[in-house]
Amino acid sequence: MFDYAEAAVEAALAAGARYADARVMDRRHESMGARNGEVEELTQEASVGIGVRALIGSGWGFYSTADLTRSAAAQAGAQAAAIARASASVRGFDLELTPVEARQDSWANEVREDPLAVPLAEKGDLLVAATRTMKEHGADVALAAYDVWDTTKWLVSSEGHRIDQHIVECGAQMNATANGESETQRRSYPGIRGQYGTRGWELVRELDLEANAARIAEEARALLTAAACPSHDAIDLIIGSEQMALQIHESVGHAVELDRILGWEAAFAGTSWLDLGQIGRMRFGSELMNVTADATLTGALGSFGYDDEGTPAHPVDIVRDGTWVGVLSGRDSAARAGLPESGGAVRGDGYSRLPMVRMTNVGLLPGTSSLEEMIAATDDGILVDTNRSWSIDDKRLNFQFGCEIGWEIKNGRRGRMVRNPTYTGIGPRFWGSLDMLGNESEWKFWGTPNCGKGQPGQIGHTGHPSVPCRFRGVRVGVTG
Amino acid sequence: MSDRLLDVCERVLARVGTQAEAEVTVTAGTDALTRFATSFIHQNVTDAVRRVRLRVALDGRVAESAGNQDDDEALSRLVGSALDAARLRPVDPGWPGLAPPSPAPSIDHWDEATAHAEPQERARRIGAFVRAADGLETAGFCSTTGETVAFANSAGSRLTGRTSVANLDGIARTATSDGSGRASSVRLADLDGSVVGAEATRRARESAEAGDLGPGRYEVVLEPACVVNVLSFLANYGFNGRAVEEGRSFVRIGEPQFDASFSLADDFGHPMAVGIGFDAEGTPKRRVDLVRGGVTSGLIHDRRTAKALGAESTGNAVAGAGPWGALPANLVVEPGSRSRGELIAAVARGILVTDFWYTRILDPRTQVVTGLTRNGVWLIEDGRVVRPVTNMRFTQSFIEALRADQVRGIGSDLTLVGGATFGLGAYVVPSLHLASWNFTGGAKG
Repeated sequence: MFDYAEAAVEAALAAGARYADARVMDRRHESMGARNGEVEELTQEASVGIGVRALIGSGWGFYSTADLTRSAAAQAGAQAAAIARASASVRGFDLELTPVEARQDSWANEVREDPLAVPLAEKGDLLVAATRTMKEHGADVALAAYDVWDTTKWLVSSEGHRIDQHIVECGAQMNATANGESETQRRSYPGIRGQYGTRGWELVRELDLEANAARIAEEARALLTAAACPSHDAIDLIIGSEQMALQIHESVGHAVELDRILGWEAAFAGTSWLDLGQIGRMRFGSELMNVTADATLTGALGSFGYDDEGTPAHPVDIVRDGTWVGVLSGRDSAARAGLPESGGAVRGDGYSRLPMVRMTNVGLLPGTSSLEEMIAATDDGILVDTNRSWSIDDKRLNFQFGCEIGWEIKNGRRGRMVRNPTYTGIGPRFWGSLDMLGNESEWKFWGTPNCGKGQPGQIGHTGHPSVPCRFRGVRVGVTG
Repeated sequence: MSDRLLDVCERVLARVGTQAEAEVTVTAGTDALTRFATSFIHQNVTDAVRRVRLRVALDGRVAESAGNQDDDEALSRLVGSALDAARLRPVDPGWPGLAPPSPAPSIDHWDEATAHAEPQERARRIGAFVRAADGLETAGFCSTTGETVAFANSAGSRLTGRTSVANLDGIARTATSDGSGRASSVRLADLDGSVVGAEATRRARESAEAGDLGPGRYEVVLEPACVVNVLSFLANYGFNGRAVEEGRSFVRIGEPQFDASFSLADDFGHPMAVGIGFDAEGTPKRRVDLVRGGVTSGLIHDRRTAKALGAESTGNAVAGAGPWGALPANLVVEPGSRSRGELIAAVARGILVTDFWYTRILDPRTQVVTGLTRNGVWLIEDGRVVRPVTNMRFTQSFIEALRADQVRGIGSDLTLVGGATFGLGAYVVPSLHLASWNFTGGAKG
C-alpha cells in the first residue's frame, strides 16, 4: 500500500505541489441494531482507497479515489495538484507548515478480543436480550446497537513520513422509550451516544447491557409521571459525567479548535469566542478547571499513534488552573497562528475526506470530590445526567442542554425525580462557577463516535475524560 | 455510465443466484466542493465516488454488505459476506420482501456541465462572491455533484437514474455581524456568485451594530433556510412511518393539525427538485401530500413501515437509515402570493430571521426544539424593519407554531435550499409569517 501512496505523492510534486501527502485507508465497519427483541439490521461495509493532499500557494487540493493501482494513484496525485492550482484565482497568504520529524513507524492499539472475530450470533443475542428485557420492563420502543471499525492506514509524505497504523474501535448503546399521552421519555445506557473506545469487544462486555436494561426501561416509564423540572434563574447544578462529556465537547473542545479560531470554519461550523491574543491570559473557568487534549490515553476513542499528518500523539494542555493555554491544531493552522509545533489533532474521516482539525481526547483532569460529597454539600440544587438535547451558538459561547433525567437536591439529599431538565449558560461564566470536581475514581473516558464537522461532512471519533461536577447559580428549567 | 453500473448489478445478482432474494445499488460519479474562508480558497476537494450496496434475504434472514470495489474478486467477497451474515441471523418478522418491478418517473434532474464541472468554474463563482462583498471578509463553499445510480433486484427490477446539484453558500462579515447568501440548482450555470455575494453583503451590513432585544414571544418572518430547518424536524420525527408506528409522532391523519393555509408535500417531480427517481429499495418516487389545507393527510414510508402500518411504500427508503426509517428528500411547501416585503409589512411587532442554527429537539411528540438565530436578525415594527438585533435563543414547539390561525402569511418566494438539517436532499420552500415564536434568551445569556 505504501507504493500507491508514494506514487501519488511523487505525481503531486511533479505537477507542482510544494508539499504533498497521501493516505491509503482500508476500513471495515460492522454494525448491528436490534429493536424490541429482534435483530433488525446488520451491515458490513468495506472501503479502501487513497486520498492525496497537495499544497500550492495558499490552498490545499485534495483528490480521492477507490481505484488502487499505481497509475490511478499517480493520476490522483496529479489531480490533487491541479485542484490546488485552481484555488489560486482566489488566493490568500502562502500557507506554511510547522516542522515535524519525518518518522517511519508502525502503531496499533491494544485489543484483547477482536470484535470482528466474535460470532455474529453471539453479538445478536446480546442485543436481542437487552431489548427484550427493556420491553418486558415497560419500554414502548427498545433499541440496542453496536458498531465496530477496523481501520488500517498507510501515510506517505513528501517530507519522508512512512507510517502505518491499525486502529480498532468499538462500542455499544441502548435506549428505552416510553410513550405518554402528550410526550415521550427516553433513558439511554451508558449514555445517549453509548460508549465507544479504541479497544476490542472487551469494552462491550464490560458495559453489561443486560444488567442495566430493566433499570433504564423502568426509569423511562417513571419519567412520564415525574414532576417537570422546576424553573430557576440561578440554582446549584450537579452534572453527571456523561453529560459533562457533552459539556466539554461542545463548549471547550470545539471552542479551542484552531481552524475555527482562525476563521477557516466561519461559514458552517462557526468561529470561536476565543481570541488568540488572549491565550495564556484569558480566564476560561474556575481554578479547579484543568483540561487536556491527550491522544495517548489508552483505550479512549480519540487515541492514535500519529495523526493524519504524521505528528506523534502527545498531550496538549488546553486549560490550566482555569486559564486558557492551548488549542487543537495541525501543521498549517499552527504555523498560521505562530505556534512552534502542531498539536497533532488532524484527522480525516476515511480515505475520501481532507484531514482537518479534530478533537482527540479533550477532557477534564479529576479533582477531589465524590458525587455523593457534592450532593451532601448542596442545600438546594438539581442533579442531571445523560444528554438528551444539545444546542450551542456558532461562537461556542451560549449553550442550552437538555438531559434525560434529573433529581431535586434538598438539604444535602437526593430528592424526587424530575423530567425534562434543561440548563443554559454562557461558556466562561458557567465554567467560572465550577466549585466541586469529581475525583479520580469517577474519571471516565467517554467516547463520542459522531462528531460532525467540515464540508463535505466528516464524522469524527472523539474522547472525553470526564467527572461529575458542581456549578453554582445556573439557569435551569427553560421550557417551550 | 448507467449501463456500466447496471452491469455491476447483474454481476452481483449472478453471484447470489438462487441462494437468496437480493437487491443491489451501485452509485458512481463525482462530488466536488471548493471552500473559502477569510476571503480565499483554502480547501478544494474532489471525490471520485463509487459505492456498491447489497442486501440479501435468505428465507427472511436479512443482511447487508457494502463496498467500493467492483472487480470480480471484490464482488464475490461482497456477496459471500452478505450471505454468511444472513445465515447467522434469525428470521426478521418485519422483512417486507423485495420491491416489485416498476418504472421510475421519467424525470431527469441532470445537467452534464454541472456533473463534470472543473474546479476553475467553482473558483470563478467564489471570486465573484468575494468581489461582491466589497472588502468585507467572506467564507463559504461552492459544490458540484453528479451521481448516477443503478438498482437491480432478484424480483426483476432494473432502474437507473442520475442527478446533478450545485450549491453556492456563503457569508460576508463585518466586525459585528454576519450575513448569508445562498443558491442551489440542478445547474451550476444558474448560480451567480455576484448576486449571492451581494445578498450576503447586504445582510451583513444591514445587521451590523445590532442591539439586544429582550426574550419573549414575538411574531416572526422566517426566511426559507429557517423554514427548511422547521420542516426537517416535522418530517423526520413526525411524518415518518417509523415514528408513527412507535408512537413517537405527533401526526394524526385526517385532523386539522396545521393552519388552513399550510400545505406540504414530498414531490420529486417539482420543477425545482433535485435527486434520483427511486429509493434504496427500488420503489419509484411519487408525490405524497403530507398536509393539505392544514389537514394532516399522509406519511412517508419505506417498505418495512408500510408493511407494519398496512400502507404502501412512498419511495423514501434510505440505505443505512437504521432506526430512523424513511425520510423525505423533496419536501415542497405550497407558496402563497405575498412578496417578502408584503410579509414584513403585515407584522405589527416581530422579528425577521435569516437562518437558524444548531436546532435540537427536546421532545419529538411535542416538537419542542431549541436553537439560535444566525446571519441576520431584525426587529420589525408597524410593518417596517427598524433595527438589527443580536442573535437570540428560542425554545419553541414547531407544531404549535404552525397550528390553526398561527400562519399569518406565506411568501411567493419559493426557494430551493440544500443541506436540510438532519434531512436528505433539498427542500423547496417560501418565507413564512408566523403569529408567535418563543425567544427564551439573548445570545449573551
